[in-house]
Amino acid sequence: MSGTGTLLEVSGISVTFDGFRAINNLSFSIGASELRAIIGPNGAGKTTFMDIVTGKTSPDEGSVLWGEMSQNLLRMNEAQIARVGIGRKFQRPTVFEDQSVAENLLMALKAARAPWRVLFWRPGAGDHARVEALAAQVGLGDALERKSGELSHGQKQWLEIGMLLAQEPKLLLVDEPAAGMTLAEREQTTALLVDLSKTRAVVVVEHDMEFVRRLNCKVTVLHEGSVLAEGSLDHVTANPKVIEVYLGR
Amino acid sequence: MAIKPGFLSKNPSVLVFLLVLAAFTLGVTLMSEAYGAGVVSTSFVKTLGKTLCLCLIAIAMDLIWGYTGILSLGHFAFFGLGGYMIGMWLMYARTREIVLGSQGALPPTPQELQDAIATQIFGVVGTSELPAIWSFAGSLPAQLALVVLVPGLLALIFGWLAFRSRVTGVYLSILTQAMTLALSLYLFQNESGLRGNNGLSGLQNIPGVAADQDHLSIWFLWASAGMLAAGYMLAAFVTSGKFGSVMRGIRDDEARVRFLGYSVESYKLFIFTLTAVIAAIAGALYYPQAGIINPGEMAPIASIYLAVWVAIGGRGRLYGAVVGAAFVSLVSTWFTGGRAPDLNLGFYTVKWVDWWQVLLGLSFVLVTLLAPKGLAGLVDLVQGLRHPNRGGDPMGPGDGSLREEEAVE
Ligand SMILES: Nc1ncnc2c1ncn2[C@@H]1O[C@H](COP(=O)(O)OP(=O)(O)OP(=O)(O)O)[C@@H](O)[C@H]1O
Ligand SMILES: [Mg+2]
Repeated sequence: MSGTGTLLEVSGISVTFDGFRAINNLSFSIGASELRAIIGPNGAGKTTFMDIVTGKTSPDEGSVLWGEMSQNLLRMNEAQIARVGIGRKFQRPTVFEDQSVAENLLMALKAARAPWRVLFWRPGAGDHARVEALAAQVGLGDALERKSGELSHGQKQWLEIGMLLAQEPKLLLVDEPAAGMTLAEREQTTALLVDLSKTRAVVVVEHDMEFVRRLNCKVTVLHEGSVLAEGSLDHVTANPKVIEVYLGR
Repeated sequence: MAIKPGFLSKNPSVLVFLLVLAAFTLGVTLMSEAYGAGVVSTSFVKTLGKTLCLCLIAIAMDLIWGYTGILSLGHFAFFGLGGYMIGMWLMYARTREIVLGSQGALPPTPQELQDAIATQIFGVVGTSELPAIWSFAGSLPAQLALVVLVPGLLALIFGWLAFRSRVTGVYLSILTQAMTLALSLYLFQNESGLRGNNGLSGLQNIPGVAADQDHLSIWFLWASAGMLAAGYMLAAFVTSGKFGSVMRGIRDDEARVRFLGYSVESYKLFIFTLTAVIAAIAGALYYPQAGIINPGEMAPIASIYLAVWVAIGGRGRLYGAVVGAAFVSLVSTWFTGGRAPDLNLGFYTVKWVDWWQVLLGLSFVLVTLLAPKGLAGLVDLVQGLRHPNRGGDPMGPGDGSLREEEAVE
């Protein structure tokens, strides 16, 4: 499969929080190896969209279909959705601060998830090698035994990206990955995301336009819970509506 | 259990614990009335044996609360149920011996025998019929199986209902407390078939065993020590690998664990049931040493004490739970046993029998506020002296990186 065929098909979803419509009849689809950036002003519903896809929030209406078999994600819980191959990086880095970098990565590593299997699972040489390789890839090669709570904000972001990679998901949902990173780290992140999107689907939410430009991919602009414009970055930034709600402020 | 050869070498604290426990048990034996110098009285041997059982249930509590973050206030219900299950056999078989011993020349028919036993056991609650739940009471293997099955099933059903609907935090604690209260109130009724508030008694006599209490107490001490050792190793095994990581992950951020693909509810149910079974086994060893069990033992306050022991000992590590349970319950026995000398303040005399609870409550509050690591934190202190903490953050954020506040605004 090379980019053709839809991996995730979101259609007509709406979500209301205490009378406030955070997502309004939103439709969105992404191919099996596609890179997509989502931009939009604060409160546009970007994070809520990811919450719906990953099962954290259930929409009032609409459908979310996954993969060739068109599985209905709305009937699954968070853990099942993660197991079919959707990985998520949160806006705030969320790693297990009380555990070492290696333990965080081992927990994320693709393997059986059922309690009995996990109880008797012990990492083999291959697993240790994989953890070391992942840590090296995200620049934490010499921090394996450190408690992840001691890491800097940027390093936690990287660790979470490493955990995402360890899960080997088919779709990566990445919420503001560059926050807290240095310029050099941001460039590294873009390179990594572009590289990853060759073999899987990647959806990136980001505020930083420079970052989005470097991703060089199709952009979806969200506003008040629905799609305002879609296309190349130059195309959407030329759209007067986009300029009005987002860029022109 | 798949403990690999390297298990002990990878978990040195387990080895230390086992050695200390063995030395302790041997030491007590050599000072006992039955097998040694006779310095330690039989009743104190029983107290020590019971304390080992309390250490075992404290390990269960540490697994569910310290590691997984579920403050269960119901584990003493499982402990009590385990005690009742073994108590039924002890009482039934012992009564059968007595009935058979007092019979005339003709051997009784099975029906006569059962009626005689039932009259003996249930006379105090005004019936002479054997309730249906005593059907297996004549069989030791069956009652031993029930020690595990009854509390295990209760935990499984209760846990399934509670965790499935994602009840967490203080609501779950209240729910477990309600379960304990309901169970204890139910057992207080004579209709429960377990002799209501009389409970089961005479449990210190082991049917078919001629040995006296001096010897029995030592046997039970060894049995309790053996079970504590097994429980400790099991707990160390469960918490050491990835399963332990998932447990601590659930404690710290259960939503994140879900997004990694782990079914948090199944894990909670698994741990809840496992710890209920450990608690039940501890109870089954405790009550033959106590000699009597009644529903008061399962009152909610007992489970709260359990949480206090683990907190004072230091939750989140196994030896902390053991130290806490041993220390607090022994000190508590000393104070409430009236052996602690009264404290005369001139204007007021502190009677420890009354004031011990206050002291315990105060220590709990102080530990929670000032030393959340509990007594086990002392170990860190000692280790810290040996390996001075250089402090500081050697790597720190890169020069140009944004601070967290900027990043998430
Ligand atoms: N659980 C919730 N309860 C109530 N309101 C919510 C909830 N989650 C999100 N909202 C609201 O829904 C709207 C969309 O929020 P969302 O977090 O999806 O925005 P966003 O596009 O991710 O914004 P940002 O760029 O600030 O991260 C916001 O107005 C927010 O206040
Ligand atoms: Mg957001």
